[in-house]
Amino acid sequence: MKKKRFFTVLIALCLLVGSLWFLQRLLMPKYIHDIIEGRLISEYYDNAGGNDVIFVGDCEVYENISPITLWEEYGITSYIRGSAQQLIWQSYYLMEETLKYETPKVMVFNVLSMMYDEPQNEAYNRMTLDGMRWSQSKVDSIKASMTEEEDFLSYVFPLLRYHSRWSELSGEDFQYLFQTKKSFHQGYLMRVDVRPVTSYPSETPLADYQFSDTCYEYLDKMVALCEANGVELVLMKAPSIYPVWYDEWDQQMEEYAEEHGLLYLNFLDLTEEVGIDFNTDTYDNGLHLNLSGAEKMAHYFGKILQDTYQLPDHRQDPEVAAQWQEKADFYHAMEEDQYRELEEYGYLKSYGGRNPNEE
Amino acid sequence: MLFTSFEFIAFLAVMFLLYYLVPKKFQWLLLLAGSYVFYAWAGPHFLAYILTTTGTTWLAARWITRMQAEQAAWLKAHKAEMSREERKAYKAEGKKKTRRPFLACLLLNLGILAVIKYTDFFISNVNGIFGTDLAFMRFALPMGISFYTFQSMGYLIDVYRGKYPAQDSLGKFALFVSFFPQVVQGPISRYDDLAQTLYEEHPYDHRNISFGVQRICWGFFKKLVVADRLLVAVNELIQNPADYTGAFVLLAMFLYAIELYADFTGGIDMTIGIAQVFGVKLVENFERPFFSKNTAEYWRRWHITMGTWFRDYIFYPISVCQPMLKLSKASREKLGQALGKRIPVYLSTAIVWFVTGLWHGASWNFIVWGMLNCLVLIVSQEFEPFYAWFHGKFPKVGKTFWYRLFQVGRTFCLMSAIRILDCYRDVPLTFHQVGTIFTQGNWGIFADGSLLALGLSEADWAVIAIGVAVMLCVSLAGRSGSVREKLAAKPLPVRYALYWVLFVSILVFGAYGIGYDASQFIYNQF
Repeated sequence: MKKKRFFTVLIALCLLVGSLWFLQRLLMPKYIHDIIEGRLISEYYDNAGGNDVIFVGDCEVYENISPITLWEEYGITSYIRGSAQQLIWQSYYLMEETLKYETPKVMVFNVLSMMYDEPQNEAYNRMTLDGMRWSQSKVDSIKASMTEEEDFLSYVFPLLRYHSRWSELSGEDFQYLFQTKKSFHQGYLMRVDVRPVTSYPSETPLADYQFSDTCYEYLDKMVALCEANGVELVLMKAPSIYPVWYDEWDQQMEEYAEEHGLLYLNFLDLTEEVGIDFNTDTYDNGLHLNLSGAEKMAHYFGKILQDTYQLPDHRQDPEVAAQWQEKADFYHAMEEDQYRELEEYGYLKSYGGRNPNEE
Repeated sequence: MLFTSFEFIAFLAVMFLLYYLVPKKFQWLLLLAGSYVFYAWAGPHFLAYILTTTGTTWLAARWITRMQAEQAAWLKAHKAEMSREERKAYKAEGKKKTRRPFLACLLLNLGILAVIKYTDFFISNVNGIFGTDLAFMRFALPMGISFYTFQSMGYLIDVYRGKYPAQDSLGKFALFVSFFPQVVQGPISRYDDLAQTLYEEHPYDHRNISFGVQRICWGFFKKLVVADRLLVAVNELIQNPADYTGAFVLLAMFLYAIELYADFTGGIDMTIGIAQVFGVKLVENFERPFFSKNTAEYWRRWHITMGTWFRDYIFYPISVCQPMLKLSKASREKLGQALGKRIPVYLSTAIVWFVTGLWHGASWNFIVWGMLNCLVLIVSQEFEPFYAWFHGKFPKVGKTFWYRLFQVGRTFCLMSAIRILDCYRDVPLTFHQVGTIFTQGNWGIFADGSLLALGLSEADWAVIAIGVAVMLCVSLAGRSGSVREKLAAKPLPVRYALYWVLFVSILVFGAYGIGYDASQFIYNQF
């Protein structure tokens, strides 16, 4: 009798846990069509390993550099571990986590997040942290990132956060319950449309231009982490003209790079060398580059990376070449499809573009 | 630490594990330690208030009991040599002696409550009447001060009356005052009800714990699925009185009644369930009050422990005090037996309801709310002969289902209407808003989609409707006995399926987390 009861309770518990797991999967946002950036971080695990360069940072990396161009032109294998408004501690913990999967030769950190010294936004936190696999790095990143309204438990059990999505469930939530969609190219989010820069931001004076101790602390940790793992750390500032990158900030980064013997590239000062034309190379008035701009960036940056760090050309390795050919095929197919949509609809209907008639 | 917070659930889990792991003789000590941790969570400085009440009440009660014992012993020893009058005089003198610590303690603790809770109310009235500009004190209200003060004073009065001797152990008495499940919003327990179950050893009892967890979950359902979801619409209606008049006020009236019921009874379900998990049996505070057929019955079934506290410690003493007896005599002489005997009863009732209103909050809306309840009760009482005549004339009508339904509906509407004073917290505004129900004529709001502009979607309203329907069904089922007992008799798959539905409903449909404001229990503020 006791045995029967034990098994009944056990089965009931299994059913309960199973149903909760199912509900959690169902209710978690799938980020399939609207805010696809939410899938960036989780897609890495299918592509981990074999990358010589890892980029970390916010949208200024995942929208401004094309890893496929780096491959096609230089044979450089790379991956962008970028996410929307990625904060510096999140970048650090992503670097730390990445080193558990592979040891690249170079890690590139985009320094825009030096401007944020405290947790900013729960939605962005979620997009970076939910996609990470469980590890000490994820735990530390969550702890460092949580805003006051958040709690750790809801990261452990995202059902507690997303339970209220029950009223927004759509066919997409069921379709992508146990699968996902491939949308990125080694962490690069492609956009081929053009929306030229029409005005430049005015530089509102700040009371204090000094980056915070917290940000420097994480920058120091990045330096130490890379040193400990024999990885070269490169600092970059992408050529996005929004938000404003102040000269005073740039000065601090230059000084830091010099002090620590790091390469620091501010692409805002190199737009001519890169060949960026803000009339044709941005899809949102200069906030992010489009495919044309991202390929120019990769072309220019790839040369520097290869020359400075003697990165091997993997195109001669048949096995790697075959893998990357697949990635390149997917990349060009999407490029073609985006141009087709642009011609057909006047905007990128399936790729997050805005219908000009609805604006 | 809100009952519905993750911190509290974790705290409860740790307490539960420790409770059944420590030697049983230390269980009450663990509850005491846990209660103080829980209380200090709101701010360690608040401990000073509850410790003062605990310490002074314990000392005074012990003092009273000691004097009573000494007097009884002396009387016993000298019984033979004393006349009846001498014994009476000695007893009166003894009572006078015990009255000193009793009154000192009573005044001190009620004084603390009065100062903390009512100083600003007093200042605002002085400013209003005399045109002064006295600054408000803005004391931070210690958690559950009204509840633990009343519980302690009830104990002190009982000891003074010689109902039971004082508790010798300061720790055990401290646990009676601070027992964490009930310190925030009651029920206001009596020492003789709670003491034994609180201090005795509790072996692990699977059935009891299971029942306790079920009750907690049911409380969570009421609070998170119904009350906190309704809160969004109620807040919208109440906080923008100029935008929501007429039929919206009627809507607010009924929605608030349901919200308050789900909130308060949900909180009490959690309280009783938590106590049950620790083997402690608390008294019930509600008995399906919305099924009441008249106001008097409603108040016997709503917040029962508060009602009985006021009855035993205010109404009865006032009714039999010397001035009231004199008034009773005089009124009977002047106004005749029929009317004269009702005057002191109604006066005592009015005093009790004035205090009840004041207990609920330091503002005139609560006092008016109390007095309106009193008025309804007195009018109902005065109409008794008419009801008797009506039922005598139409004996079949009163026995029909529809008449009973009418009575229940009438009581619900009446109580909801009076309770609207609780919402606007401004007497003239409340009367103005209620007046618009009869003048506005905007009855179309129930069908033109206006309900969807109150911050709740169609899906939210559907959840509320289903939640209320479930609550109604459970209440109906509860009329013929414990719902949990009935459930326990069902086959295992049915039982587990229902538990699953309840648990998952709370998890998925509960209004908690980001996007919902963490809502305090309404009765926490009292």
